[in-house]
Amino acid sequence: MADEVILLDFWPSMFGMRCRIALAAKGVKYEYKDEDLRNKSELLLKMNPIHKKIPVLVHNGKPVCESLVILQYIDETWSDKCPLLPSDPYQRAQARFWVDYVDKKFYELGRKVWSTKGEEQETAKKEMIESLKLLEGELGDKPFFGGEKLGFLDVAIVPFSTWFYAYEMCGNFSLEAECPKFMAWTKRCMEIESVSKSLVDPHKVYGFVLQLKKAFGIE
Amino acid sequence: MADGGEVKLLGFWGSPYALRVIWALKLKQVPYDYLEEDLPNNKSSLLLQYNPVHKKVPVLVHHGKPIAESLVILEYIDETWKQSPLLPQDPSERARARFWAKFADEKCMPAMKAVFCSEGEEQQKAVLEARETLKTLESGLEGKLFFGGETINFADVATGYIGFWARIVEEITGTSLIDAESMPSLDAWSKRFLELPIIKECMPPWDKLIELNSGFLKMYLASLK
Repeated sequence: MADEVILLDFWPSMFGMRCRIALAAKGVKYEYKDEDLRNKSELLLKMNPIHKKIPVLVHNGKPVCESLVILQYIDETWSDKCPLLPSDPYQRAQARFWVDYVDKKFYELGRKVWSTKGEEQETAKKEMIESLKLLEGELGDKPFFGGEKLGFLDVAIVPFSTWFYAYEMCGNFSLEAECPKFMAWTKRCMEIESVSKSLVDPHKVYGFVLQLKKAFGIE
Repeated sequence: MADGGEVKLLGFWGSPYALRVIWALKLKQVPYDYLEEDLPNNKSSLLLQYNPVHKKVPVLVHHGKPIAESLVILEYIDETWKQSPLLPQDPSERARARFWAKFADEKCMPAMKAVFCSEGEEQQKAVLEARETLKTLESGLEGKLFFGGETINFADVATGYIGFWARIVEEITGTSLIDAESMPSLDAWSKRFLELPIIKECMPPWDKLIELNSGFLKMYLASLK
């Protein structure tokens, strides 16, 4: 029986992009459904009644919600190709720790950088750079967070880079200048097909952010 | 038994997150050394060294290598000591367990904290919202004895603290969060879980928990003035 895999997603979502990369890396055929978040589909509301959010992976009719839960599900279900988490429990714990860190810090900082002004924005910019430097420390001399190859942490973080141009434009600063090592890692990831075909154009993301600012009356 | 090696746990007796790590270690009969941190004001240099990013407990140290964040620690414990497995085998069931663990931490606990830290009308609103999150948590049980079915699993160990935390908040604030009438399944589950011998014997004394958290509330309210 063939697997039926559907990904309910929204094109600029960093969390959705994580799932796209993982599925592509493992060669899983799936149907991509882009949601209109102002007009959520019946399927989304049925598959994620609790949070009503994307991404949702629907595998043979059964939903999996929350991007990190989805990533681990994908890794465990299609375990024969391109394992994302390493096999050593300590390294797995480190990968999970850093993804947890990124999720707790980065998304909120990003939101503040594009949607606030003045002191709040300056603080967010400063903290974002500090976060990236911390991640640079974790990367060390390795080509990827996963070592020689793309791993769980790489897949989880690289989608945020599609929002960097928007952050830089809104915050009037350069992340490239402050965190060149991080940017170099982003470029290395983009050389991998499963990443480049899953990530969206940063200029399109900026266009989307401008629309959001207009819709929320943010100058 | 799997290799124990040297296992240390940096914790705080009043932390529910440290407690759930203790539950996991006890369930798997993993011997460990416990190091009590003098929180909140006197963090040891060991804690700051082992968890420089968050500077929080719990931290598990295994063969000298630190692991922070209690849910990350729970997964590490389950993968390192394979006896009495916490996560089920099936990927879909594992996803379910992880989902509810996350939900309790990200929705139920902050909602209960909001009840704790508010007063009057604001508190009444917070109570309604907290009860909503708890009702949703109850739906995860699907009418079973435990999240794991007949026996406990990862989700029970991860979310079990919600049961007693709700009662701490209820007692200190005089509100009602989990009641047998509107949440019969959750109410029964929380009592059933906390009665399990291994779980029960690790629980800090109730009056001390009340005293500790009442103290935190006083400090918090004072800081607002």
